[in-house]
Amino acid sequence: MTAPAPVETLDLAARFPDWVTADARPGYSGWIVEKDKLPDFARALRDDLGYDYLSSVTGVDYLPEGKMEVVYHAYKTTGGPGVVFKVQVARQDPVEVPSLVSIYPGAEFQEREAWDLLGIKFTGHPDLRRILMWEDFAGHPLRKDWREPYFEEEFKPFKSRWPEGKFQMAEDKARLGDNLSFPAGFDPQKKTDFDPEKALYEALRQYQKTESGLETEHLLVNIGPHHPSTHGVFRVAVVLDGETVLSLKPVMGYLHRNHEKIGERNTFLMNMPYTDRLDYLTSMSNNFGYALAVEKLMGITPPERAEYIRVMMAELTRIANHVWAIGFLLNDLGAYFTPMLYAQEERELILDIFEAVSGSRMMCNYFRFGGVARDLPDGVLEKVRDLAFERLPRKVDELEALLADNEIIRSRGIGQGVLTAEDAIRYSAAGPLLRASGIPYDVRRAEPYSIYDRLEFDVACRPNGDIYDRMMIRFDEIRQSLRIIQQTVKQMPGGPIMAVKPAYQVRVPPGEAYGRVEGPKGELGFYIVSTGKSSPWRYHVRAPSFINLTAFGPMCVGQKIADLVAILGSIDIVLGECDR
Amino acid sequence: MDTNELNAPGYEIPPEVQGQVAITTLDRIYNWGRRASVWPMMFGLACCAIEMICTAASRFDLARFGMEIMRPSPRQSDLMIVSGTVTKKMVPIIVRLYNQMPEPKYVLAMGACASGGGPFKEGYNVVSGIDKFIPVDVYVPGCPPTPQALLNGLMKIQEKISGEHWRTSRWYQKGGDQAEIPIPILGPDLIDPRKVEEYSRRLAESEA
Repeated sequence: MTAPAPVETLDLAARFPDWVTADARPGYSGWIVEKDKLPDFARALRDDLGYDYLSSVTGVDYLPEGKMEVVYHAYKTTGGPGVVFKVQVARQDPVEVPSLVSIYPGAEFQEREAWDLLGIKFTGHPDLRRILMWEDFAGHPLRKDWREPYFEEEFKPFKSRWPEGKFQMAEDKARLGDNLSFPAGFDPQKKTDFDPEKALYEALRQYQKTESGLETEHLLVNIGPHHPSTHGVFRVAVVLDGETVLSLKPVMGYLHRNHEKIGERNTFLMNMPYTDRLDYLTSMSNNFGYALAVEKLMGITPPERAEYIRVMMAELTRIANHVWAIGFLLNDLGAYFTPMLYAQEERELILDIFEAVSGSRMMCNYFRFGGVARDLPDGVLEKVRDLAFERLPRKVDELEALLADNEIIRSRGIGQGVLTAEDAIRYSAAGPLLRASGIPYDVRRAEPYSIYDRLEFDVACRPNGDIYDRMMIRFDEIRQSLRIIQQTVKQMPGGPIMAVKPAYQVRVPPGEAYGRVEGPKGELGFYIVSTGKSSPWRYHVRAPSFINLTAFGPMCVGQKIADLVAILGSIDIVLGECDR
Repeated sequence: MDTNELNAPGYEIPPEVQGQVAITTLDRIYNWGRRASVWPMMFGLACCAIEMICTAASRFDLARFGMEIMRPSPRQSDLMIVSGTVTKKMVPIIVRLYNQMPEPKYVLAMGACASGGGPFKEGYNVVSGIDKFIPVDVYVPGCPPTPQALLNGLMKIQEKISGEHWRTSRWYQKGGDQAEIPIPILGPDLIDPRKVEEYSRRLAESEA
């Protein structure tokens, strides 16, 4: 058990007096950087101070103050607390901020997302296109003055609905009788040639050129969004030379269901069930991240028993997710459905436990601010004990024995789709993807939350960063999760499960908070800005599936197209979280 | 439909051939074959797809219904299970897939989102139910529906198949399989080509 890195006091304002000022707003922390000095500051932060891992980039629209803010969270891969820095720009078009892609390539997709949803233009970004919406879409939806077609009121609960509970169909109220709105002066009957693919193909055109006089042709192949190997509605546009991948661009947003916009209308508690639907395989750990962020703002900590239940559920989720991931990776490698059936059997047993505690197999909605929704029903602890001590260790060994030495898996996995340690950090890869590349970075150890600082477990780590290691690290992590569950079962204390009285409305003081957990897919963060009202002013999700895809392109270039499918499977994405 | 029912065409079978041959109506044998071999499209959209996979796996075992053969290609599938939130960006593809499915084809809207938008209905990129674009045969409620609920929905599809007659089926009528649904366009917002006139009228009304 390694001790967390000692907390050092970091006074960036004294170090960079002309560039940086401390963020003095009440409830806020971090540093405000001069816009023009941002690249220099980021370079110094990375090279001189060692903050090599840019975790999250997001924007906030402070409409009343007339400014936009870009918020960056950077960490050291050696552990310890992070540094938050912000850039503020006047809210007038175009809102321009220098891009950090050249310093932290992991910012690429996140900056594109901020451009798409908030209209912040990152100058110097290599490929600034919309990422979640399509190219011709009108407006930037997360701006506070942008209203969706079914807009009713700024914040819930809507006055029209209560106290009588009246409800009108949104279609009856909407101007066009449908969930859509057109910009002023647009005539839907006029024939216009919209081509949502134009910008994408233009971005790929540079790779389609053929060199020298040889008559070869590069092929552009679209995989997805309807394709069995893309784990949902994900799409990749690949440029191929024969069977070798020359370049690729992921295309996403086919499951963009507006978590953040809806989340900014919802009250704080209403968002809890929505977090279930982010990464729908791991709803318990999504709940965990969101509860942590709001609890940070509220300044409460859950009672002991609730902490133990939370950790137990989060680790069960990790096991359920990893067996699923292994099963699906084997699907992608061509071992169609049989390994999947072995994995599913165990997942179903874990889902039974979730159903017993929360009432739902997948969408648990189990955590509350300051505890959990219900206590463990009778018999559940015994079931968990049986699983953690008896059945799962045996079954994990069995699954590993079937897979680990399989000749086909070894030859297709070892040395394929390599992500080096340096690249993994540069591209802000998280979770098993980062740890399989030899970086033992785990939020549970790097910045322990809940009760992880007193539990014994090892951070799983594998050195090679190939497909095989990314499969094997999931076995390692399952074993570590079992160790944690065994400890929580043994040490489960009695007592209350809520620190505060359960309430539909919680009072959240103004300020910002970033809560992060080590989810099964990687670092899952929630950035929340509260203005003291019933709803968050900004609700942003740092989704590991989304950011891990930044490294997908570089991993695939030079590989065969059949390996692309396996590499995608080894990253383990879930589109609900990726597109949000 | 059990064997007794299948072999009861409604008139008397001579005792010497009973048990030797099966006499039934064309409708019955045809529907019996179709309902016991519905091939769903391997097509997942969101959370509901996970429950769909669980339904196909060993615990709930879709193979009992002859439905375990999921085909990724729409050309080989009979049933589209719309399993999850339909977004504006995705709906042109779903409509195209539906058009590519051969008749007879069925659509099952799985879960709250596919049926009517669900918890994400108010979202700016969410379609309020797939039935705004393609005809739906069975709606399964739930968020997500449990595998048991999905199985019940699939049995409803079987019931529907059993009640059909080849003589009156749409897809055996002249031109019955030609009904293609126009693909929605991704402009400044999602444009349904069938509704452009209505949009113009409503725009004019709201400006007046």
